Amino acid sequence: MNSRTEAFLAALLALAVLAAASTTPWLVFVLTLALAKGIAVLGILLLLRAGQVSFGHALFVAFSAYTVAFLAPKLGDATLLLPIGALFAGVLGLLVGLFVVRYREIFFGMLNLALSMVFYSLLEKLYTITKGTDGIRVPAATFLGRTLDRHGYEWALLLTALALAILCAVFARFYLASPMGQALSGIKTREARLEFMGVSARRVLLSAYVISAVMAGMSGALIAMTSRHVTPHLGYWTASGELVFIAILGGAGGVIGPFLGAIVFELVRVYAAASFADAWQLILGVVLLLVILFARGGLWGMVLKLCGRRA
Amino acid sequence: MSEVLLSAKGLRLAFGGVKAADGIDLDVLDGEFLAIIGPNGAGKTTFINMTTGYLKPQGGEIHFAGERILGLSPRAIVRRGIARSFQLPQLFTEHTVLENAAMAVAAREGFFSALKPLLRPAWREEAMDLLARFGLTAIAGTRADALNEGARKLADIAMAVALRPRLLLMDEPTSGVAASEKMEIVERLATVLRDARVTAVFVEHDMEVVGRFADRVAVWSQGRIAALGQPERILNDPDVRREVIGIETGGRHAAA
Ligand SMILES: Nc1ncnc2c1ncn2[C@@H]1O[C@H](COP(=O)(O)OP(=O)(O)OP(=O)(O)O)[C@@H](O)[C@H]1O
Ligand SMILES: [Mg+2]
Repeated sequence: MNSRTEAFLAALLALAVLAAASTTPWLVFVLTLALAKGIAVLGILLLLRAGQVSFGHALFVAFSAYTVAFLAPKLGDATLLLPIGALFAGVLGLLVGLFVVRYREIFFGMLNLALSMVFYSLLEKLYTITKGTDGIRVPAATFLGRTLDRHGYEWALLLTALALAILCAVFARFYLASPMGQALSGIKTREARLEFMGVSARRVLLSAYVISAVMAGMSGALIAMTSRHVTPHLGYWTASGELVFIAILGGAGGVIGPFLGAIVFELVRVYAAASFADAWQLILGVVLLLVILFARGGLWGMVLKLCGRRA
Repeated sequence: MSEVLLSAKGLRLAFGGVKAADGIDLDVLDGEFLAIIGPNGAGKTTFINMTTGYLKPQGGEIHFAGERILGLSPRAIVRRGIARSFQLPQLFTEHTVLENAAMAVAAREGFFSALKPLLRPAWREEAMDLLARFGLTAIAGTRADALNEGARKLADIAMAVALRPRLLLMDEPTSGVAASEKMEIVERLATVLRDARVTAVFVEHDMEVVGRFADRVAVWSQGRIAALGQPERILNDPDVRREVIGIETGGRHAAA
């Protein structure tokens, strides 16, 4: 797919989000969360390109969300909280990354899982600091010093999430086309060759890992400000699994896939929860099965097919 | 021409009971084409693996351009100017031949530099130019996992050449290349290497190729260098003919 068509489809998706949000007010909240998750999933996609699946990226989402929750009473502005949340997640990503990029495949996946579970337990157990499973309420942030009413606040967050989603998608597209991004698939197919060309495969993977952590951090900050309440559940392993699920549902072949996946995921969840409350897990399982069996490229792969081209 | 570029002294490496290197002494001279011949399992690939830092010898010394390189990582050794190609081609199978070549150019020029695309005009041009010299232009857009063995071999060597090494170690560059194309391809390769003033060590089973392109020949046998010298002398040595070439050609023909 050429970049023009892709940009056009991205614009279409963005317009659809805005149209849905203006006609159905309660969707503003849902779509903001969907875009926020999509940003984290985009980070998962980078790692998938290297053939590595992290089952612990909710760690960075939760770390950033709690950072925002702690700082919000003092630094109440979204323009401060967002970059700080992303930065903190990035620093944690660097520390964790230095360790996990030494491992591949199942070990990589499980190490990420293990570290996220450690953090989850800390959030749960250190009650005096984190208030345990009760979680922490997040005061409404101001935007550039202005306090917004509820409607304005929700829209400001939706537009921020949309802008960040577009920014991250464009960045990821450039990144994936660059030597570093191309080398990610080199790690999957022929890691030893990279070393014999003088390139450190670990550094290639580390850079993608840190970027993915920053993206998860943006996601966490947005989620904290949107839901106004952070709980340890943000870092639970099912939250990490959800990110991987959305990545596969949306398709790893292009940078729009994660957002398509996240939006469909959140909408199906909301409607499913409303109509048949207990069937949600069943629907998830069946959809995952169908994607793996019949549509390996995910939703984005289907879009590509409809456009008459294969990735 | 006579200066020593690579010097290996007393290299030893055993895998269990198998002595893959049993006291290898070899000086590679600057600018020469040195052929390594010898039967299967003689330790030819092991020598390349030790020189490139992939395997650490249990004893001995390796110097390159006067510097001790023993114990350095493959990455550090590549940066000092030793590149290699592989007995089994090591290509990025999800990438096209052009992208594979461009990756090597990128690796040389600075991988971690910018967000500019891999196939930026300058690198694409250099990669295409390289592929042209190897006669690979027609398959530049083909994915590496769809190539035949001969093309994969050449692409693999092209990637090593793209690194602009001083010394290139090639492990059986012509195996898998169709017999009818072999001489033409080697001729092309030799031209590329001479133009770039690359010193080359190549493991080779085809004695015609050895006779035509090698300045010197080293005969490997059970982890040792059994003979070393001019091709005319070595290839006509009765012992070598019996122990290496006889077995070799017999074995190869039977296999083919
Ligand atoms: N990593 C390894 N682990 C165990 N044994 C090894 C290893 N590498 C090589 N060997 C053994 O060392 C010996 C020399 O192997 P090497 O690959 O160097 O031979 P070669 O001369 O390149 O043979 P060929 O012509 O078949 O490529 C063989 O007996 C081989 O089985
Ligand atoms: Mg060998």
